[in-house]
Amino acid sequence: MKELQWEKAAGNGLLNRRHLLQLGLTGLGAAGASAAFGQDAGAILQIPEWSRMPGANASAYGERSRYAGDLQRMAGTPDPIYPGGGSSRTPLQFLQGTITPNALHFERHHAGIPDIDPAGHTLVINGLVRQPLAFSYENLLKYPMVSRINFLECSGNSGALLRGGNADGTAQSLHGLLSCAEWTGVPLSTLLDEASVSPEARWVAAVGADAASMGRSVPIEKALDDVLVALYQNGEPIRPGQGYPVRLFCPGWEGNISVKWLTQLKLMREPAQFRDETSKYTDTMPDRSSLQFTFPMGVKSLITSPSGRMNLPRPGIYQVTGVAWSGHGAIRRVEVSADGGATWAEAEMQAEPGDKALARFTIPWEWSGGPAVLQSRAADSAGNVQPVRDEVLAARGTISFYHNNCIQSWGVDDGGAISNVYV
Amino acid sequence: MSMSRRTAAWGRILALLLCAGWLAPAGSQEARIQLGTPIDEDQLSGFDLIAAPDGSGMPPGAGTARQGRSVYELNCLRCHAVNGEGVSGNTVIAGGDMRSEELPLRTVGSYWPHASTLFDFIRRAMPADAPKTLSDDEVYQVTAYVLFLNGIVGEDESINSETLTAIAMPNGDGFVDHSHLH
Repeated sequence: MKELQWEKAAGNGLLNRRHLLQLGLTGLGAAGASAAFGQDAGAILQIPEWSRMPGANASAYGERSRYAGDLQRMAGTPDPIYPGGGSSRTPLQFLQGTITPNALHFERHHAGIPDIDPAGHTLVINGLVRQPLAFSYENLLKYPMVSRINFLECSGNSGALLRGGNADGTAQSLHGLLSCAEWTGVPLSTLLDEASVSPEARWVAAVGADAASMGRSVPIEKALDDVLVALYQNGEPIRPGQGYPVRLFCPGWEGNISVKWLTQLKLMREPAQFRDETSKYTDTMPDRSSLQFTFPMGVKSLITSPSGRMNLPRPGIYQVTGVAWSGHGAIRRVEVSADGGATWAEAEMQAEPGDKALARFTIPWEWSGGPAVLQSRAADSAGNVQPVRDEVLAARGTISFYHNNCIQSWGVDDGGAISNVYV
Repeated sequence: MSMSRRTAAWGRILALLLCAGWLAPAGSQEARIQLGTPIDEDQLSGFDLIAAPDGSGMPPGAGTARQGRSVYELNCLRCHAVNGEGVSGNTVIAGGDMRSEELPLRTVGSYWPHASTLFDFIRRAMPADAPKTLSDDEVYQVTAYVLFLNGIVGEDESINSETLTAIAMPNGDGFVDHSHLH
């Protein structure tokens, strides 16, 4: 058996990828062939039916293959008490790479998705500026734009896991308030320069055109740094659920501050103290003090496959893969453990990690058929390392559930069933 | 064309462009696109709804809790219930104690640091099924009533931009600003 020659990277079956590749024609190659042909390892290959007739014509709007699975966001049940409030979650466990398709990008709304005709939409800059200005959508499109690939994560993502309990779910249901896209738009600094910001302005209060006129205050340093007035998402106009026709985008920061349907930017000395930066999106600590304006999303990673509610059909080789991200910079390293954190092996990155963007990692793992606990641990370019759950609980308690970036543990039982476990 | 001849040709083209002034220096005034339409703050009186703790953006008007009771019963009671006890987690707006033994109930009275936020939020977002339908006076009245339900103002106290922003909320010193850390 070639398996005995494979270099173990860490306990309970994590393997050294470089060594595996060298043995690809022997050990792994044989295993792969067996999986591809299933029971018919000796079958003679034929030219398939679809290679013998013309295919479908080009179409105006593309669809996924009907064989590729029915990928859907997981949307909450509408609440009559909270019309238009709620969220939908990205099916992380079925995606690869780092870019979230627009139709699957997570949503979180506070008063539903407004049906905005851009011809009637205005973006106003007022307050502590030399000249208040109003911008039409048509004119915003005429400015030089920049593009950035950035993740967006709701600060309430993964929050249910902090309080424990029976969180039996999938990567999507537990962590799906996370997506990543290429955002294109006008640097906010360009528009602020045009209005000429007064020196005493320290905050930019951003307001959306939804029914809640949802608002958040952004410190002027961030506003002049890397914030976008975003118009495009993955190449197409931002979709209504993401803020069409225009949204604020604050790279690396909690999703709520990237105000959708952006209609006002008011320069102020102090924060506006909106409901969503006082009553919500604040973090009450065990000593009952509450942290306000806790903007960056902490360094975090998640194994997306294998993950919650999946089943491993048989012992053998699996690619453990997942995503890592940090609001403080780029991902520098992701380690994976198959024994609940006793030993760790460094995973490979599938591409060079970007600043405040999802990074995809992968590492081969040989499941023995026995119990395992799969975990991933990310480190970022600012020197932050993803904490274990007990560290987060000790530091933050369970009164608030925002900003949970702890290590996710997926338990594998000896039947191959996978579920969230608390280690 | 050899590499040197090609380079020389490009050099001549570049020189011509510079002579013609077609390549303006980066960042010059001429090159800037400025398409914002100048407006006055007067034009924004019905558009800018930001009512801040310093009183800026607070419109004229006033109201008492006694006046606010009927506004509340008509527009708010369905979700927030008779005494602000709510019908689900997010709709509880009265009561609570940040010092309680168990998980503290966080409401307007126990948690919100600024009274201005109540006016600001009600005016922009409430009632949830028909936001922006209350008059400014009605917003002051119902703001007063929610404060009254929390024992923060008396039933006949007049709430206006000055009295509202002068209120010290029970958890007003319970917050730590982390904005400087980023």
